[in-house]
Amino acid sequence: MAAHPYQAQAKAEIRLSMTQYESLLVTFGIPLLFLVAFSLIKVLPLPHGVLKPVAFLVPGTIALAVMATGMVSLGIATGVERSYGVLKRLGTTPLSRGALLGAKITSIAVIELVQVVLLAVVGLALGWKPTGNALAFVGAIVLSSAAFAGIGLILAGRLKSEAVIGAANGLFLVLLVLGGMIFPVTSLPGPIADVARLLPAYASAHILFVASTGGAGSLTGSWIVLLVWAIIAPLLATRLFRFE
Amino acid sequence: MPSIEVNDLWVRYGDREAVRGVSLAVEPGRILCVLGRNGAGKTSTIEAIEGYRRIAKGTVRVLGLDPARHHREVVKKIGVMLQVGGIYPRMNPRQALDLYAGFYDDPVPVDELLKLAELGSAQETPYRFLSGGEKQRLALALALVGRPDVLFLDEPTAGVDAAGKQQIRNAVAEMARAGVAVLLTTHELNEAERLADSIAVIDEGRIIAEGTPTELRERFGKQTVVFRTASAIDVVSFSQRLGLKVTDLGDNSYRLGEEAPASIVGTITSLLAEQSIDLVEMNAGRGSLEDVFLEITNGEA
Repeated sequence: MAAHPYQAQAKAEIRLSMTQYESLLVTFGIPLLFLVAFSLIKVLPLPHGVLKPVAFLVPGTIALAVMATGMVSLGIATGVERSYGVLKRLGTTPLSRGALLGAKITSIAVIELVQVVLLAVVGLALGWKPTGNALAFVGAIVLSSAAFAGIGLILAGRLKSEAVIGAANGLFLVLLVLGGMIFPVTSLPGPIADVARLLPAYASAHILFVASTGGAGSLTGSWIVLLVWAIIAPLLATRLFRFE
Repeated sequence: MPSIEVNDLWVRYGDREAVRGVSLAVEPGRILCVLGRNGAGKTSTIEAIEGYRRIAKGTVRVLGLDPARHHREVVKKIGVMLQVGGIYPRMNPRQALDLYAGFYDDPVPVDELLKLAELGSAQETPYRFLSGGEKQRLALALALVGRPDVLFLDEPTAGVDAAGKQQIRNAVAEMARAGVAVLLTTHELNEAERLADSIAVIDEGRIIAEGTPTELRERFGKQTVVFRTASAIDVVSFSQRLGLKVTDLGDNSYRLGEEAPASIVGTITSLLAEQSIDLVEMNAGRGSLEDVFLEITNGEA
């Protein structure tokens, strides 16, 4: 029987992710709650020209879900694995670093696929009518995953597990407010909005919104910001990550 | 050819030298126990041999391969048990063994390992809820899943009760009988004495003594006599009569000073008879491995 370390690890990663209920609350519960609640209760401002909240909230909550999976869920899980010596122990088996990384990427991709489908279906039920560029939509999700996973792994690879939990959740809240995922960044004070536009959360939500609505406006700036984060964060993670 | 061969191994953490010129070898089917105090360099040595620590100087060969350069080949043939943890806290023993079995071409069947580690009743219990003994037995089972030729066990019985220790020791001895080379570290001197074919005592990163348990006792153990009486003796007068220091160990037990000659046994019984004090028990011989260890390191294991 030939060994399949990657398959075994990917299966385990997916099972662990799907049974970590406190993590599922962040990865599925919060985006779904925001989508349903703020689509039905119109309390938050909308971007200029948008009539239905769901048109803004579906791409926004998809960006939020990707951020929660890559940065919070992956970051915290990896931080705990590191502090428990799981990564060190795996390093003494035939599972290579590449296979471990591949298994984690597979696990994130599977969870994000489920998230996107679920949010899209709920959005369609709430009246969402996507009309934009599907390729750009998928491309933005891929780059966002890389950027947020990189940030999560930087936290996981440098901080103690308790600190990772605090930092990942804290950063999640900050990026939620500054990311233009639930309400537009134009609602923020000018200088803060300028800073927000340099963050991956905004770039991700902005591209997904425009790509799903076929809206006008240049995406060049957001693509550049997202691309830079998607390259720099994983690179930094590989340089800074400590296995113990 | 030795399964493990280490020559002049040095490991540094910044300016600190954790391992300083360690050399050792383990043949197939033999158990080498590395004994030392906390911070002596045991774990750094074992991790360098596993290929996990970068070595500053020296050579390491595991099954003839450099574990750092040929990591992918070496990890297929070794089994590792960390000092603590190393297992997903939410995974149960069956899931953990299933996962690790997927890493190897010809793994030991999971049911067989659960039976060997006596984890049948705990197979569905998440790791974080297992007892100390169950955790260590699972860690050992994970080390065995790939049918290793070399086993690295870092304090395998730490935090385990007496029965659990015996189970682990039996399993390790069984592996050695099957031809596996075992390198284990421990604080437990009686574990080393019971399991090891040879012992290397490490202190401040250097091996300061090595040999079989018997050789170490012969070389470093001092002849002692320990006896217990039915009632208390006068230690001062006894010492004067014997010409040797007698130490009161409490509970009417006494130990004679260093290098007590074997002939002293007769003198003791005569003196006790003279004073009408009954002798309950008496042991004469070389000191235990613990005595040897304390003698060599001037400290505690």
